[in-house]
Amino acid sequence: MKASAEKIETCKCAYPLGQCRRGFKGTLVSVCPLAGENGYDADELELRLLELGFIEGASVHVLHEGPFGRDPIAVRVNDTTVALRRSEAMAILAE
Amino acid sequence: MSSAPAINPPQASQPDPDAQPIEVALVGAPNCGKTALFNAMTGATAKVGNYSGVTVERKVGIATTPEGRKFSVIDLPGTHSLRARSPDEEVTRDVLLGQRKGERVPDMILAVGDATNLRGALRLVSELKKVGLPIVMILNMIDIARHRGLQIDHEALSAELGIPVIPATAVRKGGLDLLWQTVDPLLKAGLAEPQPSSWEVPSTHDMRVAMREAERLVNAHVIRPPEPDTVSAKIDRVVLNPFAGPVILLAILFVMFQAVFSWAAPFMDAIDAGFTWLGGIVTAVVPEGLVQSFLADGIIAGIGSVIIFLPQILFTFLFILLLEDFGYMARAAFLMDRIMGRAGLNGRAFIPLLSSFACAIPGIMAARVIDNKHDRLTTILVAPLMTCSARIPVYTLIIAAFIPNRTVLGGLSLQGLVMFGLYAAGVFSVLAVAFVARYVFAREERHAPLMLDLPDYKMPILRNIALGLYQRARIFLRRAGTVIFWATVVIWVLSTFPLPPEGATEPAINYSFAAMIGKFIAPVLAPLGFNWQIAVALVPGMAAREVMVAGLATVYAVGGESGLVHLLADQWSLATALAVLAWFIFAPQCISTLAVIRREAGSAKWMWVAVGYMFALAYIAAFLTYRIAVALGAG
Repeated sequence: MKASAEKIETCKCAYPLGQCRRGFKGTLVSVCPLAGENGYDADELELRLLELGFIEGASVHVLHEGPFGRDPIAVRVNDTTVALRRSEAMAILAE
Repeated sequence: MSSAPAINPPQASQPDPDAQPIEVALVGAPNCGKTALFNAMTGATAKVGNYSGVTVERKVGIATTPEGRKFSVIDLPGTHSLRARSPDEEVTRDVLLGQRKGERVPDMILAVGDATNLRGALRLVSELKKVGLPIVMILNMIDIARHRGLQIDHEALSAELGIPVIPATAVRKGGLDLLWQTVDPLLKAGLAEPQPSSWEVPSTHDMRVAMREAERLVNAHVIRPPEPDTVSAKIDRVVLNPFAGPVILLAILFVMFQAVFSWAAPFMDAIDAGFTWLGGIVTAVVPEGLVQSFLADGIIAGIGSVIIFLPQILFTFLFILLLEDFGYMARAAFLMDRIMGRAGLNGRAFIPLLSSFACAIPGIMAARVIDNKHDRLTTILVAPLMTCSARIPVYTLIIAAFIPNRTVLGGLSLQGLVMFGLYAAGVFSVLAVAFVARYVFAREERHAPLMLDLPDYKMPILRNIALGLYQRARIFLRRAGTVIFWATVVIWVLSTFPLPPEGATEPAINYSFAAMIGKFIAPVLAPLGFNWQIAVALVPGMAAREVMVAGLATVYAVGGESGLVHLLADQWSLATALAVLAWFIFAPQCISTLAVIRREAGSAKWMWVAVGYMFALAYIAAFLTYRIAVALGAG
């Protein structure tokens, strides 16, 4: 029971990247897509995000927001810049 | 040891003319400079085609080493991973694993990585090593990396990876020296026999392990400058600004429009004059009769009416290639993704659709930048609905005949407003059809995410642009020489035979098959308010939309456009004119476009789908326009 309580603690201060505004800087805590969202296989989305460099421990920085509805977002991950939609960025937790 | 033929694989050592040369595959992520490297290695020997059955571009060229060895280089589609997720990436995987019919397995892999961003490339190499083929890794664009202060210990990387790792640059003279110095001895000694592949689809765990290993290699062997590159970040701060970004995009589009419509005009006029001159010579030299008509009116006029679009196509591609090489295309997709996404299109569909304002052909060809199969297909199918320049002659003719030349709403030209309305109708129909298509044939398909690298900005390499344009021009001209040529011949035959009887009073076309077909389909078109003359003009108009104008002139036997304007204003009702305009918004009246759809979509099925839905929309739109106009008293 203690372990799960700790996990909840961690999640409290981590934000889904999909909700972060421009200027957010942080460290990637977890990449964990939920099954059935975005019409994707959760593993497939996780693999794609990993390939683009979204891996636990990476530094993330939301550089730009799309001009219409602040979507998609451009994120600096370590030393590359990646554009993705907020719906997919919800699978990324950062603190 | 002079040539060491004994060590070579047997098929390469014998002077058998049927022997296949060594084939080397270039594999790497998009934006790693693979194409520039391919161009530098193979020069203008590259042949561009398609892999059978798919829209994926296949590029093969011949490279000659300084010691005179020749080998063929295949530029496999860019991929981040062998875990293929688009048709392009599937081709790369299947060719490497020997699973693609009609493609041989390459003898060696050149794994190309962007030296300024090695992590992904190192991960890809870890996958490629499992394929079992000999590998050489290339640290491409090493000049840019050095310029930014990155120091890469390629010898240490080579020792850790167990494969040769060679810095290279495609743009500088001598940039490939080290590559040749490594490849030549390898070829001389004979390549290792391929090992059975141990590659399998990585799990998320495998992927994390591979990413961490790549991270470790980078940290161990790459010394990064204290100050990271800020030029791209600075440009992005302006170009992706929520206010300035769209304005800059619009400005770029405006210049592109100018180029396609205005700058291309003198070249188009020159081509037109050239073909007219050629036709004049034929008319002068060949005695009057069928042969003269076939050569002058059929072949020269027909081919000329297609080749005249070459300048627009090249200008469109000049912009696309420049923006792509510079790194702006990914930014345009970023800016437009939300709007395009509403209609079920990908942000990357923006430029292809825009190019279609000039002509659907370059637009459809440009749809290759879309990596998702269904997004690309949707874009190809809707691109012909954008108001292309070939519709302009038809629109201007009918507007001049029926829309009064006066101003409304305080200074706006009514004729201009109607023209604008026709353009808007085109754009609206593109978005609406794409929206519907998403539900019709992509229902069970996952929606396409936008996940793309925003690469660092780079100066475009002129040589690459020139080669790219040359390849586009060749593809287009080859088609003009085959499909379009035969279509032209068929349409000439239809509008010429049977010949008019002796002492015929009506124009010759009225006795031809075209007239028979026109009169045959006239009852079908009658509910749209189309008379039989319109139906007849539509038959040669299948070759290209603007030919309809010439067709009407022939059927009504009037010379000159102003004569035609008066005649139409006299003969047609306003309702009929409006119905013809509505018809031309949708109708697939362009054989070249249909041929390109067939080619780019990879099957005739999608061409017929386009023909079917566009004729259906044209019919419905013209019918409703005519009926409503009649009901309002314009009949």
